[in-house]
Order: sequence, then C-alpha cells, then structure tokens
Amino acid sequence: MFAHEFMRNALIAGSFVGLACGLVGYFVVLRAQVFAGDALSHVAFTGGLAAAVLGLNILAGVFAATILGGIVMGLLGDKARADDVTIGSLFAWTLGLGVLFLTIFTTQDSAGNGTAGVRVLFGSIFGLSAADVRTSVVLAVLACAILLAIARPLLFASLDNAVAAAQGVPVRVLGLGFLALLGLVAAQATQAVGALLLLGLLAAPAGAAHRLTANPYRGLLLSALFSVGSIWIGLTLSYAFPTLPPSSMIIAAAVGIYLLALATTIPRARAVWPRPANANVAA
Amino acid sequence: MTAMATSLRPDTGSRKGAAVTFDGAAVRLRGRTIWSDVSLTVAEAAFVAVLGPNGAGKSTLIKAILGLLPLAAGTASVLGRQPGVAKGRIGYLPQRHGFDSGTRIRGVDLVQLGLDGTRWGIPLPGSPSRKRDAARVAEVIELVGATTYARRPIGELSGGEQQRLLIAQALVRRPRLLLLDEPLDSLDLPNQAAVAALVRRICEEEQVAVLLVAHDINPIIGYLDRVIYLAGGGAIEGAPEEVITSETLSRLYGAPIEVLHASDSRLVVVGQPEAPFVHGDRHA
Repeated sequence: MFAHEFMRNALIAGSFVGLACGLVGYFVVLRAQVFAGDALSHVAFTGGLAAAVLGLNILAGVFAATILGGIVMGLLGDKARADDVTIGSLFAWTLGLGVLFLTIFTTQDSAGNGTAGVRVLFGSIFGLSAADVRTSVVLAVLACAILLAIARPLLFASLDNAVAAAQGVPVRVLGLGFLALLGLVAAQATQAVGALLLLGLLAAPAGAAHRLTANPYRGLLLSALFSVGSIWIGLTLSYAFPTLPPSSMIIAAAVGIYLLALATTIPRARAVWPRPANANVAA
Repeated sequence: MTAMATSLRPDTGSRKGAAVTFDGAAVRLRGRTIWSDVSLTVAEAAFVAVLGPNGAGKSTLIKAILGLLPLAAGTASVLGRQPGVAKGRIGYLPQRHGFDSGTRIRGVDLVQLGLDGTRWGIPLPGSPSRKRDAARVAEVIELVGATTYARRPIGELSGGEQQRLLIAQALVRRPRLLLLDEPLDSLDLPNQAAVAALVRRICEEEQVAVLLVAHDINPIIGYLDRVIYLAGGGAIEGAPEEVITSETLSRLYGAPIEVLHASDSRLVVVGQPEAPFVHGDRHA
C-alpha cells in the first residue's frame, strides 16, 4: 500500500496530526474541556465554508476560525476555563452561521467545488497533495513543540489553578494559549477525520491513556501512541476495504482502543483496591 | 484529653524572631474596610490558628501576608521583608474543594509539581536533578504519612488523604512560613484532629511557622501555640485560653459574648451580633 502516493501522504500527515491530537487531547481530558473541543469542531465547519464562500483556501479558513474560536472561548470563559454556557452559545451561533454559508455557497457555486461541505465535515485525508502534507507536518510539529514546552506548568495549572498562580505560573495566559493550541490541532484533525469526528480523535486515545496510567508523563506518551496507532489502523483498514471511509475507520480504531482500556482496567482496579459490595464504582 | 489543659503552652512569641509582624494594619476592599488597626506577631515555628465568623476577613489576612492585597494603613513584615517579596519561602494552600473523583493523576506527581511545576518543558528521566527532586518528594510524603497511597490517583483518595498530600506539596520547597486556608473544612472531626497533630509535628520538625484558618477551634485547640481572632473589624492575638474568653471576645465584638465550656470540654461561643455562629455547631 506504500506504493501509492495518496496513501504515503495520508500516512505521513496522519501520523503527525495524530501525534499532536494525542498530546493536546491528554490535557483536554484532564482539564475537562472535551466540550470545548466539540465546539471548535463546529467552528471549523463554519470557518471552512466561510472561506469557500469568499473564494479563499478552505484549510486556511478552518485554521483561522478554530484558533480565533479557541481564543474567544478563553476570553469569554471565566478564568480562561471556558464554561458550558459560553461554549454552548458560541457553538450554536457558529453552526447557524455555517449553515448560512453552506446555503450561499451551494447556490452561488454551480460549476465547481460542490463537495466542500462534505469534505470539511468528514475529512479528506486521501486527497492530500504534497504541499498539504508539508503544511500539516510543519504545523503539527509546531503544536507538539509548544505543548511539550508548556506541559509541566500547564499540568500544575490544570490540577490546582490557585496554587499554581500563587507560585507564579501565568495561569491565565496558559489557559488561553492552550485553547488557541487546541484550535490549531482541531483544524489539523478536521483534515484527517473531518469536523464531525475530530472530537473522537481528541478524546478517545487520551481517555484510554488516563485509564491506563496515572503518571502524567507516561500518560502523554501513551495518548500520543494511541492516537497515531488509531490513524494507522484506520488508514490500513480503509485501504484494504475501499468501501470503508478512512475517517470512520480512524474513529472506530480510537474508540476501540478506549473500550479495550476500559475493559482491562476495571477488573484490575477491583483486584488492587478491593472495596466492599459496591466494587463496581472502582476506577 | 482535656483540650484546655494541653493547650497551655509557653508563649513562644516573644523569645524567637518573627515570621509575620503586622503593626496598625488595615485592608480595604471596594471601599469597605475589612479590618483595621490590626497588630500581631507570629513567631518562627509557631502554630497559629486564625479564627472568626464568616466575612471577618480571615482569608483576607492570608492574602495580605502573601502580598496579594495591599495594606490601606499600617505596616507589615513577612519573613523580614515586605509582603510578596519572600514568595519562594512561603507555602500556601488556598481554600478549595476536593479533586474531582475522575482526576487520574498520582499524589506523588501533585507533590512533585510543588517543586518543579513552574519550570518549562517536561522532566527528563534519569537526570541528577530529577533524582534529587524525587528524594525530596519521597521525604516530604513520608513526613505527612502519605507513603502508602501517594501512588494512587488523587481523585480516588479521601478528603483527609488529599489534604495531607496538598500539605506535602506546600512543604516540598522547605518554606519558612506555611499558610493553610481552611484545610480542615471538608474533614470529619477525627481527621481534623489528625491533620492538626500533623501540622504541630511539622512546625517542630521542619521549623516552619504555620497560620491555619479554621472554623472550629475545638478539634485543634490542643495543638496550637497562639490564636488570631478576627471579628468586628479588628483582631486579637494571644494564647487560646487568653483569647477565647467572654471578656476578650466581648471587647472585640463590642457586644456581650459568652464563652461556655460544654461538658465534653468543647468551647461554645454564644451571643455574636450577626448570624448565630457557634464553634463546633457544624459537627454537633
């Protein structure tokens, strides 16, 4: 399968995108910001379609919208931890705007690219050009480098905001920066699995890692491995069975890993810390 | 144990150097004076409880010591410096609620973050500084008696276990002053006494002065050196048996207050002007 250029492109870009999703996802789960990731996926949809309406690069539109969306959520939310009401409002309004752009786009663009909506919603990982791959790799490496640089103070602030602030950690700037980074990674994941499914790639591998280890640095590593693994498994399945779309196979692999992690940790939790009668609350 | 008898400790305030000194201090928040004309001294390695009704400015006092709130009047000295200057030598445990039960990070990592959480990047395994840090983390976890559960996820621990690990985190940088804002709040009575006993031991073994904000003096009175009682816009500092009396508290509140000695040796303060607040009533 490595003989095909589209497959090589998908594997290279997918690996780096997966790495970024896994690392950022670990903190998304720790900070209970899965809902923020969900909102950003809808922002990605609207941004992509707005760019299409304006005749601009769809991917550039997705990036601009999600990074801006992350920053806006951080600024609106209390203490740079976007809250549910803020995200919910932003999210519905943005999706409405996306529908508007979709209508404008499909009525004005009779000739050419009528599939833009579908591509943004479900990803186009088998349609990447060499230039797309380069952009993906550069941005993913940048996202990973920033995340690893801020990982320790971000971990401190995520666990214990007030103590971290008292020790001199710039918690507000970190919270905002993290949401902007989440926006960047969400835009990348939009390319791989689409706006509708990117949440799975952010949450499922990270959720599995949190289940399997309580050591944060090992957890980060596991989350990244699971995320890259999901991409590889998904792409291989989709290549072997061409009727299966890659995005759904990637998410199926990620969720499969999460379910396996659940299945292996529940009995172990019981054995190590036996609790009376209601042992099913373990872990 | 009779609380009053064991609480009679020599006045350590006058003999040793001072960790905290306030002289005629006042704090104003949004135009309202929280307290004024507060003069007090916290000796080195002393265990001092900060008491008083809700809204009397107990947390405000902690924030003033940290230098997070400016004084509107008077002077303050913290570890011989202006408040806010000696930040690295102060351990601070803010008022908080427990960790979410889904928080799957080990207690040992939480304590470690107290040591290196402000550094950028991720720790590299096997480096000499990492080993030194790990030794200090293990030592302080041992000190608070949390060794058996420090490697379990923090969200799965009880309130008392979490509190011990948080105290270890505040202690890990060897502070000279420890500020604990309501660390006993979510604990049951035996655990409140156990944590107070631990703090007493830490004062002596680590030679650190501790200010502990509390609602209820009864479970901790036997371990204290001194008490700071905030009420009526002022404060009184002294030994517990001097401060928690009908005369002293009546003078502080400017209204008749009665301190009763219940048959189980608990102290009950009655007659406060605002919403009835009784020491120990939350657990009665």
